[in-house]
Amino acid sequence: MTDPRFDSVQEVREGLRKVDYLADEGIAGIVYLADRLQKPILVEGPAGTGKTQLAKSVAEMTGARLIRLQCYEGLDEAKALYEWNYKKQLLRIQATGGEGDSWNAVEDDLFSDEFLLERPLLEAIRSDDPVVLLIDEVDRVEVETEALLLEILSDYQVSIPELGTIEAKQIPLVFLTSNNTRELSEALKRRCLFLHVDYPDMEREKEIVLTKVPDITDNLADQVARIVRSIRQLELKKAPSVSETLDWANTLMLLGVEQVDAETASSTANILLKYQTDIAKAVREFAADKQGMKAFAPGPK
Amino acid sequence: MTDTAGPAELAGEPILDLLNGFIAELREAGLPVSLTENLDAMQAIRHIPIEDREAFKYALAATLVKNNAHWRSFETVFEVYFSLRGSKYGIDDDTLDSDLADLLDDEGREGAGDEGQGQSGSGGGDALTPEELQQLLYQAMMKGDEALMRAIARQSVKRFAGMEPGRPVGGTYYLYRTLRNLDLDGLLEKMMDQRREKADEAGEQLSPLEERLERDEYEHRIEALKKEIEAEIRRRLVADRGVEAMAKTLRKPLPEDVDFMHASREEMVGLRKALIPLTRRLAVRLARKRRHNRKGPLDFRRTVRASLSYGGVPAEPKFRHPRPHKPEIFVVADISGSVAAFARFTLMLVYAISGQFSKVRSFVFIDGIDEVTSYFEGVEDVTEAVHRVNTEADVVWVDGHSDYGHAFEVFHEKWGKEIGPKTTVIILGDARNNYHASQSWVIKEIEHKARHVYWLNPEPKSYWDTGDSIVGDYGVHCDGVFECRNLRQLEKFVDKLA
Repeated sequence: MTDPRFDSVQEVREGLRKVDYLADEGIAGIVYLADRLQKPILVEGPAGTGKTQLAKSVAEMTGARLIRLQCYEGLDEAKALYEWNYKKQLLRIQATGGEGDSWNAVEDDLFSDEFLLERPLLEAIRSDDPVVLLIDEVDRVEVETEALLLEILSDYQVSIPELGTIEAKQIPLVFLTSNNTRELSEALKRRCLFLHVDYPDMEREKEIVLTKVPDITDNLADQVARIVRSIRQLELKKAPSVSETLDWANTLMLLGVEQVDAETASSTANILLKYQTDIAKAVREFAADKQGMKAFAPGPK
Repeated sequence: MTDTAGPAELAGEPILDLLNGFIAELREAGLPVSLTENLDAMQAIRHIPIEDREAFKYALAATLVKNNAHWRSFETVFEVYFSLRGSKYGIDDDTLDSDLADLLDDEGREGAGDEGQGQSGSGGGDALTPEELQQLLYQAMMKGDEALMRAIARQSVKRFAGMEPGRPVGGTYYLYRTLRNLDLDGLLEKMMDQRREKADEAGEQLSPLEERLERDEYEHRIEALKKEIEAEIRRRLVADRGVEAMAKTLRKPLPEDVDFMHASREEMVGLRKALIPLTRRLAVRLARKRRHNRKGPLDFRRTVRASLSYGGVPAEPKFRHPRPHKPEIFVVADISGSVAAFARFTLMLVYAISGQFSKVRSFVFIDGIDEVTSYFEGVEDVTEAVHRVNTEADVVWVDGHSDYGHAFEVFHEKWGKEIGPKTTVIILGDARNNYHASQSWVIKEIEHKARHVYWLNPEPKSYWDTGDSIVGDYGVHCDGVFECRNLRQLEKFVDKLA
């Protein structure tokens, strides 16, 4: 069996920081637990909060290869697990046809490793070197297809009728991400550790901006994080994600802005927000003539 | 590693029993925790330092809670269950005071220096007058000093809440008493004033944007303080009444189980938040369902055509593409008093997935009836439209008490002709008719013409046909009468509808 990769939660956290992923206590703790318990992690949360990035960063940190299975509607066994290379099998039959080869020999030969096409899941299981398996947007497959994943997630093995059961040579770290467009089946959830990645709090977001945007000043990063936090408090169709925050910070840098005022914020709001109604709402919030009203408004909000 | 033998005890109790009790409590709160998840949790806590409370919490959450909507319930149960376990979290008024005193002693914090009392070391918390405590809080908040803030929160609960052992009052009462004494609104304004002054001194003006950001920051801190106070009150209540009793009183239904008719304001906010992802999920699911049932009836002509390439053998049967019918929906909703919330949610849900229907028209009534379809047309924000419905629709005829009979009569007279065989009529209401005539013949008439007539009733089934409820009179003419008290039931119905 595979030895644990990490000695402590702290180690995970620092390791992730080195590859520019700022994990909070919860994220690091669950990655650590997943390694110890040898269980997959189901990562859920709003779009653009770094779910996929987490898997990538863990791979980078541990020096493992990242194998990615992008899920979509209509994904099947042949695309996820394995497939028999039937053209090659056909060739094999034709090549020996007529010669004295017994049929049994051919038949044994036909369903051997040589004719097996590996797909991501099988590849992750059979790999000799350490891998991180990322099953992306698992909520896009149909409920029935989810069942494909169950064997590999709980026992780290794949059963191929013609070949028998293939067990993992090493236990990969598995990440499943979901945007929660539908409820995943109980069976799948039960096999995973659950991690909800939400928008980061202000301090963490500021740090993220500082690490990811080169040359940004502390002051600007602070402002960016605070404005984004204020915007997220509004009732919006789609709140700005971390990646949008980063885009915005990058834009401000390109524009040579040093101090964000209401005007700059309004004119660049379209980078943070993607719906016209949301943009209008945010601009209204930051508009200048609010001052008087706000000062007299009692209580919060 | 062989460190599988974890701590067998936590705060004097075997960890196994403790965890089992905790999981039983979670199940009581409605969270589905399976046996394997229970085992996983046991495994998980072996790997983390048990004295690290945050880590402990995350380990349990990751293994036991698999739905983000359940997080709040989990947190409540966790806080109650483990609030008194662990040394730091006990209740000891002496340490409370000395904690505060210690904090004040720290040279880095100037304490109530402005007041010039210099009371640090003179016995701590109790020695402070309320005004000094107030001042201290103000400074802690200005600086965002969390440790001091926490100490003050605990101190003020001890002092202001006036908690008496065994007194059967809820936590909210104590919370109210504490907050009233702290005057947090005033505090916020004071902090804002201070900030403005500071800016003035520096010779600059706070721009509206900055002002807003500062205010957000302070509000954030005050929220944190409130949470701290709540936690402290809860801790004390648990200490007084015991874990089980507290867990029971604090048990909150999951968002999807909250009763529309009796939701508190806070729950309403939660419901509104839960509704948006729900509609998205529902829309995806319905669209998918539509795409998937691909096989229609046999297409004879195309099958024969295809058979030509097999020498006339119909080897490849062809099927018609089904044309899934998109129903036309008429929503007729009672928006009087108690059922208004229910009507609102249903309208929002129906409009959010209106892509699944060929047409949606909506009517609202109390004793008069009005069409409100136009409010929703070309509006992106359904919430706003619903708000307009509630304020602008002309629904009062005589006295503004529900009169289903009259509303239905008018409905039939004005729009009855527009109901056709494609129309599905959904009626929302509790059918509490204030003893007016039922005029149930209208429903019978509609049922003849329409494809389906459904009635959704937000009351529990056991209340139907009691008092002035006449849902039975109408129900006989409907294709279905459904109890629809919470989001879960509503979702199930809409799923069936499309």
